[in-house]
Amino acid sequence: MSAVTSPMTTTVASPDKSPEHHYLNHSSGFLSWALTLDHKRIGMMYLAGILFSFFLGGVFALAIRIHLWNPNLDPEAAWLSNATYNRVFTLHGAIMVFLFIIPSVPAALGNFLLPIMLGTKDVAFPRLNLGSFYLWVTGLLFFTYTLFSSGIDTGWTFYTPYSIESKSAVEAATLGVFILGFSSIFTGLNFIVTINTMRPPGMTWFKMPLFLWAVYATSIIQVLATPVLGITVLLLALERFIGIGIFDPALNGDPVTFQHFFWFYSHPAVYIMILPAMGIISELMSVHSHKGIFGYRMIAYSSIAIALFGFLVWGHHMFTSGMADVTTIVFSALTFTVSIPSAIKVFNWLGTMYQGTVALNTPMIYALAFIFLFTIGGLTGLFLGALSTDMHLHDTYFVVAHFHYVMMGGTLVAFLGGLFHWWPKMTGKMFNDTAGILSAAIVFVGFNLTFLPQFVLGTRGMPRRYASYVREFQQLHQLSTIGAMTLGLGLLVAGLVLLHSLFYGKKAPMNPWGGATLEWECSSPPPHDNFSSPPTVGDPYDFTSVEYDGKTGSYFKKKK
Amino acid sequence: MKIESPRQQGRHPFPKFQKTMTEVAAPADGHGHDHHDHPSWLAHHFDDAEQQYDSGKLGMWLFLVTEVLFFSGMFCAYVLYRNRNPEVFEFCSAFLNEKLGAINTGVLLFSSLTMAWAVRASQLKQTKILVGMLGATLGCAAMFLGVKSVEYSHKWGIGLLPGRYYVAQVENAPHAETNYLQMLCVIPAILSAVFLLYYVYSLVIASKFHQRVAGPLLVSGLCFFAGVGLGNILEGGEHHDEHGAGSHAHDDAHGHAHADPLVQGVATAEKATVETADEGISFVKTSGGPVNDVAVTKEEEGIPNSKVNNQGMAGLFFSIYYCMTGVHAVHIIGGMLVITWLIVKASREEFHSEYFGPVDNVGLYWHLVDFIWIYLFPLLYLIT
Amino acid sequence: MADTHSHTADAHSGDHGHGHSGFSHPMPIWMLLTVFFALLGLTFLTVFQAQFDLGNMEIVLSLLIATIKAGLVIAFFMHLLWDKPLNAIAILSSLIFVSLFLGFTLMDAQGYNERLIMDPNGDLLERSQPKGSLVKKSE
Repeated sequence: MSAVTSPMTTTVASPDKSPEHHYLNHSSGFLSWALTLDHKRIGMMYLAGILFSFFLGGVFALAIRIHLWNPNLDPEAAWLSNATYNRVFTLHGAIMVFLFIIPSVPAALGNFLLPIMLGTKDVAFPRLNLGSFYLWVTGLLFFTYTLFSSGIDTGWTFYTPYSIESKSAVEAATLGVFILGFSSIFTGLNFIVTINTMRPPGMTWFKMPLFLWAVYATSIIQVLATPVLGITVLLLALERFIGIGIFDPALNGDPVTFQHFFWFYSHPAVYIMILPAMGIISELMSVHSHKGIFGYRMIAYSSIAIALFGFLVWGHHMFTSGMADVTTIVFSALTFTVSIPSAIKVFNWLGTMYQGTVALNTPMIYALAFIFLFTIGGLTGLFLGALSTDMHLHDTYFVVAHFHYVMMGGTLVAFLGGLFHWWPKMTGKMFNDTAGILSAAIVFVGFNLTFLPQFVLGTRGMPRRYASYVREFQQLHQLSTIGAMTLGLGLLVAGLVLLHSLFYGKKAPMNPWGGATLEWECSSPPPHDNFSSPPTVGDPYDFTSVEYDGKTGSYFKKKK
Repeated sequence: MKIESPRQQGRHPFPKFQKTMTEVAAPADGHGHDHHDHPSWLAHHFDDAEQQYDSGKLGMWLFLVTEVLFFSGMFCAYVLYRNRNPEVFEFCSAFLNEKLGAINTGVLLFSSLTMAWAVRASQLKQTKILVGMLGATLGCAAMFLGVKSVEYSHKWGIGLLPGRYYVAQVENAPHAETNYLQMLCVIPAILSAVFLLYYVYSLVIASKFHQRVAGPLLVSGLCFFAGVGLGNILEGGEHHDEHGAGSHAHDDAHGHAHADPLVQGVATAEKATVETADEGISFVKTSGGPVNDVAVTKEEEGIPNSKVNNQGMAGLFFSIYYCMTGVHAVHIIGGMLVITWLIVKASREEFHSEYFGPVDNVGLYWHLVDFIWIYLFPLLYLIT
Repeated sequence: MADTHSHTADAHSGDHGHGHSGFSHPMPIWMLLTVFFALLGLTFLTVFQAQFDLGNMEIVLSLLIATIKAGLVIAFFMHLLWDKPLNAIAILSSLIFVSLFLGFTLMDAQGYNERLIMDPNGDLLERSQPKGSLVKKSE
């Protein structure tokens, strides 16, 4: 690895030469955004859309929590009717999963960063990239239709046979998922090709930033697993349109087959959600500790390992569905293998911080919150992977708490950390760090207050998706609701901090954090073609040559 | 361990970077410092033709990977239900016309040949051969769909429909009142008329480009109807046979195409049950309308055939059949659209030895469609 | 066969500095035709073998022939033989994941099949019985 020397050793001309010209003011007008092929603009449009979906899903989440403030033992007196409650939690899940988490990091941050980290001008297929954005928008429209027609009440998993009989707008939702699936596939395909064929001279596989390794692993899952979701929801839609009967027990079909089909995608999809978040954390840990990443290769390999192992464990979602005994045992055993690469990552991140110069700024606080929350989420997963305990905990609030710790405490918190980390690069504005740290603190407290009580509720037998509960659970539920409100407040603060920076923020320097990856070598925000001259590729985690310049408030790379 | 980056693997000395090394003193204009030597067919973010070609090709292979996994869901359903109810597949497969399947296999294989030849022609810049081969591929695709239309419309006519809509095959089944074949032919007929007008127009304005495009389109429109004719001859031929033989063997059997399978269904069912049923009473006596209850009633239990000849059994087979062949047909139609796009590009003589990626990639897609059919044919048509 | 894809027709277009076009490998016509006729022959073979009742071997044989045909299409028509190894890895990995998907699902179906067709009295019903009726009985 060390034998590789870059054929390009010329120095980088100062990118700040024309500070006025960047991708945001390269051209103007609605069409210059709507028809843009620039990966940065597409990434920003994704970001806006994803944050909108997140807001929508968040509103539904708060509605659930507010509804559960009371036990609702009398459905007539409850705030939401049982039918409405079913629609609310389904829409919360479906919007959060398909419209927010899955595209969040890869499509928004990945699109923006991947080509810049590779020192290229764009992704391999810019038109396909724009196309997948519009597919995403179309999927959003389908969900909006669902929302304004009869809603959808099947749960985000669309389990048959109920989804065949349900009177709600399952067709629109499934077609929306089908379209969103293709959006996801094309994004993944684009990234794989870009990373494979467009790396600059000198950037070997093991000189790639770990974020790219994570996105690459994610893309593999997107390409391999998402088509199966496509055919599953297509068959479900056909089931409803023409009654084909493949999943319909009334026509001799097999509903458990639906679950196999669904989880063959949806379990790997869990890694579509968490892997890029792990990639963000690898970057954040190293940059804000000002220390090279510990165990680079192990982190890189573990990303790929998680992607591959992720395909072998889908059955653990179905332990109580009447699966064959031997299959449940095999799936349970395989489930534990995933914990190995996950643990490797956590230990390496901790090793990175050890004896580093840790800067406790907003992105780093979010990253530390991630490690804490993800570890809890991961460890509680072991109880669910074990057959005997899962029989007890299946479909209880324990499961709800577990996956929120991983998906929200993991992916969302990492997404926010990454957003704060790259915000100066994306918008060219610095945010108020103190207010950012405050937002991270509120999110952390609110999150734990929301979901720790749910672990307790789950072990005591509170089933998920129920609109009412016995009085004994009320205290814990109210605690959880208070937490959800706090969490909402924290996210609001985070949003305001970012919004404030857009209008009143200081101009961001080229390299505010002292990163050594290529995106910190182009101006903030980057010019239309990313680099006015090709950047020098070095070790992405070599901080010995990165120095702080007090005059500009920016770090720079010492010339060798 | 030394792993080279892709741009290092190539034999090219990285033109972009080499140039910037020599021109490093020149002020960068902010965007596209090496635009001026990029030919129009080379996208601005690629360094050279080979990188563009490799990227496109890897992208297409990955897309094919997704296609394989997309179809795998239906193959999974197929394997599950065949494994569970082998007799249903034996019973139902006999309703499928093996000859039509075999003809379509041949047509698709031939289209694969012409497509591969088109790729060769594009690499050698043989424009006439290229347009001809693409036209032949398009024609074969249309013919495939023509034959398929005959198959589908025939089945719809006698109630061999998926799942809930499956009509148990009975004696004196009502003949189709709707002519599904005509309905399927409407759009191709309109398209063919448009293509004819377009061709005439291209002759009038004497534009070589328009003639090159319109010719293959018109031919493919006609090929669809050739496929319909061919399918009708084969399907109709069976009708003749069967009306003779069938009415002898069974009283007023409706048609060989489903009289025969019924006998086979009986044979299998007989193995499974103790009761031996007379062939004469092997038809389920149900009304012609859709059967809503899958459960076998007491009276019917004596008729072995009734175990498979219902919505939950045979209907499920036809669901799988229509899903697999239908999704495959959608892929054929998609392929026809992109081949048309290629014909337009080829008529403009856009392809040459450095830029033939689109032909190559569409070719890969087209071969995959063929690849899927290679498996569908024995799995659906050739079950004995 | 290695020489068949040598630079037979590299029309160097001089419109950019480094006229290299080593990546186009036209297939010779004889090879295309040979593969096509081999495919046709195999199709006849598979139709022919379908006329005999070979029992369980029949599905194996017809899938074997189909796989040979598919292999010919992939190797020659899709010229994977001369392609970058990465593309071959991609398509082969898709087959591996398909077999994983089918394998696990089938393994499970074999197991729970038995339970599904158990009626409430514990008698094992015939495989050919529509399960729809069983669902009704047990309710």
